[in-house]
Amino acid sequence: MEIVINISSGLCLFIGSFVCVSGGIGILRFPDFYTRMHAVGVTGTLGAGMILIGLMLYSTDFLVFAKLVMILLLTLLISPTTSHVLAKAALHNGLMPKLSQNTVEQSSLEQESKETASSKS
Amino acid sequence: MIDIVLLTLLLAVAIAIIRMKDLFAVVMLSGIYGLLSASFFVAMDAVDVAFTEAAVGAGISTLLMLVVITMTGRSENTTRHKPFPALLLVVITGCLLIYGTLDMPYFGSADAPVHSHVAPRYINDSMQEIGIPNIVTSILASYRAFDTFGELVVIFTAGIGVLALLSSVRRPDNGDKIVCINYSMHEQHLVVRIVTKMLLPFILLFALYVQFHGDFGPGGGFQAGVIFAAAIILYAMLFGLSTARIVINQPFIQLISATGVLLYGCVGLVSLLNGGNFFDYNFLSNDAITGQHLGIFLIEWAVGCTVASVIIIIFFNFADYRERQQSNENEHNQESP
Repeated sequence: MEIVINISSGLCLFIGSFVCVSGGIGILRFPDFYTRMHAVGVTGTLGAGMILIGLMLYSTDFLVFAKLVMILLLTLLISPTTSHVLAKAALHNGLMPKLSQNTVEQSSLEQESKETASSKS
Repeated sequence: MIDIVLLTLLLAVAIAIIRMKDLFAVVMLSGIYGLLSASFFVAMDAVDVAFTEAAVGAGISTLLMLVVITMTGRSENTTRHKPFPALLLVVITGCLLIYGTLDMPYFGSADAPVHSHVAPRYINDSMQEIGIPNIVTSILASYRAFDTFGELVVIFTAGIGVLALLSSVRRPDNGDKIVCINYSMHEQHLVVRIVTKMLLPFILLFALYVQFHGDFGPGGGFQAGVIFAAAIILYAMLFGLSTARIVINQPFIQLISATGVLLYGCVGLVSLLNGGNFFDYNFLSNDAITGQHLGIFLIEWAVGCTVASVIIIIFFNFADYRERQQSNENEHNQESP
């Protein structure tokens, strides 16, 4: 039983740290604001969440477990919300996502990116 | 090792703040600076100070500066003159200060005056004399109560200053705005508002926890007041000033801020009348330890009230001033064409 818990906890921790590292690389490598923010959002929610779950499996004390659950809930609530607010503020201030030529043609049918098409043409 | 990393980051942020022209970015960087120094304090095991720094330096002061930036505009004025005399003066002062540090004891040395003067007495006797586990709180609220009183008066004075400069008699108008807030909620800020509504009770509860748990762990009136005010400010930012003004009655909150200072002073006066020194809580009750507990409880409560209400006052007055500015501009724009 113990070995199962240990392995699953280690797996969660590994996935979490991998997501965090890839998020960090993403911030540096992605082309524009929105994709970078996606990297940050993934780091905040999935990376931190996985690490917290891994720690939760590993914890023996109930109090530690409860604290970790609370931190997880708070992270799950706040992190997506902040990403959402950031994206909304950027869009509100007229920052348009960088799109490749194909996607511009496809999405020009949609309502949201009408302005994008007009500004590009 | 972690000290060096944190200090390097602090230095980098400080240089970036000096170099940056965009004031919005400068405010954000100063928030990061506050957070970094908070982690630095945690690394040095000063959790109380770190808590205060995280709440005040990274949280509230960033927010208040953002509110100010909405009034002053985003970019820094370019300076034409070359301030060489000022640079010379700064360099000389810096050299003198560094020369002064040569006389100081080596960092972390055991025979430094700070470790041999009053600190041993606080660490050894605090438990018998005050009877609460958190030594920082016992120093702040009991041994150094007079200093804390001064800090509280400074905060109160800041609130009075903002009130004197920015407040105005409110016209009883814009009742229509309040009605339309509930309709606009479904279009704008929907996600943020719902999440905020879920989180607000917990933020307020956490503020109360910090307030009453200050005797046993990191926390106390200052941090609790700031957290409480942050919850109210969050509400005001998302649901509009006019809605928040219904929740928070302005004259009432001004009364609370004054009452906090008064309560603090009265605790000192009562101990004076009972035959002790000013802020000698031993005389508040028959039993010395009970008196200390009562005094610290009352004083933390007073600090929390004043800090929370002063920050709310500052935010509301700044935001109110901004709103009036905007409405004046709108009227001008409507008249001129």
